[in-house]
Amino acid sequence: MGIEQRRIDDAGLARGMAALTPEKIAKTFQALIAGECGARLRTYVETCMRCGMCGPACHYFLSHDGDPSYAPVGKVSETMWKLLKADGKVDPRVIGDCAQIAYTECNLCRRCMHYCPLGIDTAYIISVVRRLCHKLGVTPMYIQDTAHSHSATLNQMWVKDDEWTDSLQWQEDEARSEFPDLRIPLEMEGADFMYSVIAPEPKFRTQLIYQAAAIFHTAGCNWTMPGTPGWDNSNMAMFSGDAEIMGRVERYHFETAQRLRVKRIVMGECGHAFRAVYDVGNRWLGWKMHPVPVVHSIEFFWELLDQGKIRMASKYPGPVTIHDPCNVIRGRGLMDKLREVVNHICDGVVEMSPNREHNLCCCAGGGVINCGPPFKNVRIVGNKAKADQLKATGVQTCIAPCHNCHGGLEDIIHHYKLGMKLKFLGDIIYEHMEKPGAV
Amino acid sequence: MQNKASWDWEPGSRVIADTRDCSGGAEWIEEPYVSPDGERVAAVACVGEAQFTLCANGQPWENVFDKIWYPRFSPDGRLTAIVQSDGEWTLAVDDAPWEQTFAYLWGTRFSRDGSIIAASIQQDGEYGLAVDGEPWEGLFENATDFALSDDGSAGAASVQVKSLGQADIATFQQGVYSIAVNGEAWDAVFVNAWNPSFDAAGKRVAAALRHSLYEYGVAVDGVPWKSRFGSVWEPVFNPATGEVNAPGRVQGKWGLAVDDQMAWPARYAQLWHVAFTPDGKTTAAIVAPEFGSFTVAVNDRPWEATFPVVTDLALAKNGRAACLGSDCNKNFAICVDGRTWSGRYDMAWTPVFSDDGANVAVLVEKQGKRTVVLNDKVYREWFDTAFPPVFSPDGGKVLIRGISGGKFMRIVVTPDAFHA
Repeated sequence: MGIEQRRIDDAGLARGMAALTPEKIAKTFQALIAGECGARLRTYVETCMRCGMCGPACHYFLSHDGDPSYAPVGKVSETMWKLLKADGKVDPRVIGDCAQIAYTECNLCRRCMHYCPLGIDTAYIISVVRRLCHKLGVTPMYIQDTAHSHSATLNQMWVKDDEWTDSLQWQEDEARSEFPDLRIPLEMEGADFMYSVIAPEPKFRTQLIYQAAAIFHTAGCNWTMPGTPGWDNSNMAMFSGDAEIMGRVERYHFETAQRLRVKRIVMGECGHAFRAVYDVGNRWLGWKMHPVPVVHSIEFFWELLDQGKIRMASKYPGPVTIHDPCNVIRGRGLMDKLREVVNHICDGVVEMSPNREHNLCCCAGGGVINCGPPFKNVRIVGNKAKADQLKATGVQTCIAPCHNCHGGLEDIIHHYKLGMKLKFLGDIIYEHMEKPGAV
Repeated sequence: MQNKASWDWEPGSRVIADTRDCSGGAEWIEEPYVSPDGERVAAVACVGEAQFTLCANGQPWENVFDKIWYPRFSPDGRLTAIVQSDGEWTLAVDDAPWEQTFAYLWGTRFSRDGSIIAASIQQDGEYGLAVDGEPWEGLFENATDFALSDDGSAGAASVQVKSLGQADIATFQQGVYSIAVNGEAWDAVFVNAWNPSFDAAGKRVAAALRHSLYEYGVAVDGVPWKSRFGSVWEPVFNPATGEVNAPGRVQGKWGLAVDDQMAWPARYAQLWHVAFTPDGKTTAAIVAPEFGSFTVAVNDRPWEATFPVVTDLALAKNGRAACLGSDCNKNFAICVDGRTWSGRYDMAWTPVFSDDGANVAVLVEKQGKRTVVLNDKVYREWFDTAFPPVFSPDGGKVLIRGISGGKFMRIVVTPDAFHA
């Protein structure tokens, strides 16, 4: 079944297509290929053998009974190859289809790269398609709104300057009923690390800030949070194709840490944010690596447990299973530390199969969940394979150290009636750690 | 600003206070802040459940608040903090809260001499600036990127002037942002307006813009430049000529535009943090001549010394320049006029020039201890914590402000106290 049989109405896509002309598409595409794409794209296009081994690597392909239009090579064929073959001389409807495929049927999870005999990074190719769609103004409404939020507020949820620090102070107050001398230090120059989170935490998951503060307080950490924009480590502009706003967000994030003279940035349990900070946004700004070291919570919790700064009073009753978030497992190689942490804090682990760098994506990442309600069913139907994988473990709890993964997995757990609980590492550590300072 | 000449510049060391002391019997005392002249050290003190005050040189303020944060000394030596009582926020200056309170207040700012103090405020869901306790007459649905002119006579912010519905991408792209100066928005609206910046006299304002999702620019007093860029960073005024300088991205490379003309050709992988000497004859910026390799360019001539990361560009009045180079936040080096000092540190702060530009001093940290380095020579004592150095008006002495064992010391030294 091709994309023309599964088109979905979206106000952003419709609005964008309506404003296009074939001339504008061709001109924009040709400028993009000439100005922003070099040997990498050409190499991938010219070396793909059309062997189809990437197909079974994709959760959409697996979830749609091997429909070749959902195979990574099928999606590239329907987008970049079609555009290259026509030198961009296509009509607006093709761009709409390209956008639907690129934004909602590929999570940029890079699993297929591991199955390609030549290591072709399909996610990169799809990212170029998204860049084109951004330049043409054909983007799903909700992710575009999120990119707008990044541009105006430097966070993804329109959180205003005062709402940020007010939320932190509120959580500090809440936590002091449990730890009377707990602080969420704001703007404290020279701390060991700056803790950064994504905007959903101050917006509606404030308990995660409480939990992190309780863990850092108990561990005796020397830490701070910024009192200025630059606190949000998420970056949907990276996924909408707006590289310029992506760069602006990452500049503020790193310069906030540099201004505070911290040694490193510790990031909450989010995968895509890690990708933006560790890999993509920093490089767009001209740095080869991150200008301030960035540490994902998996690694930081591992340190706290390994150094005995946090001791568990009890273990979470298991067994549990582990979901490996793409951006910190395939992207950073934290699979061993994740397992060591989970085994330390939980009573037994049943591994999903496959797992680690071959784990299936949650189907929310890559900005797909940010495309909003019109595409919710695309994510859910497109990840039946993940539901099957979860169900096969036979366990009641899944640990997923990533916000987007929680969003995606919650939806399939509910839809496929899996009856599982989802947990962050921080949920369990906070709940089961020794709390010598608590009243 | 405090008159530095009136400070105690007699060489020697004095213990000013023990930061652990607070005669109010604090349950805990937070991190210390010191006055520019080194005569006072202050910290937030918790004196009971949800009861906080400021403690300066061991003496608590008379006022006690439900919350206090962001204690900072103004350049003229006044002690300020953001305080909350009964759910209302305001700014307290030397133990005297502003009369007017707000739903929220943050982002304390000072004029260059410290005589004027401003802060961002939110009242009834509207945003603006309060200057010496008086809020702007015009407040906005949202405001960010606040700026105060050097003399404190004017304030500016990026403001939202039209409402947005839920996921209202169409209205957003028509433009809902502008720049407000003293509470009055420019007539023009833009897709984005960022980083307002005042000229030396506090009369003109420049800002970075996004005209559409794809076209970036600069506006001065509400009038956009004709030039369009792939991206821009914050514009700044040359303090002597009044020309507006802004980094602009053209075909993937960064250059420096001056008054709507590209003055430094777009050849850098990055260009930001533009700075000037007071006479306006020297323009410097942090640049990346190539991907992954950063340095400083002075009048468009990059230094040969490069680093993976460069921060904290500082310019002396006489045109000398200094910066920090690091290997991704480790092995900090100090680079002055393109020559890298021999020392390497775990952390460093912005280099400080003497008024005549002859000497450079830097606060550094190594193995958890801090001290001051003067012209690549290290002060003999390392402290638990310390603060940026200050030169005497003649540049011949250095004020070191450090804390060890809880005792805050004010130390005036001559260059012979530093050793290679």
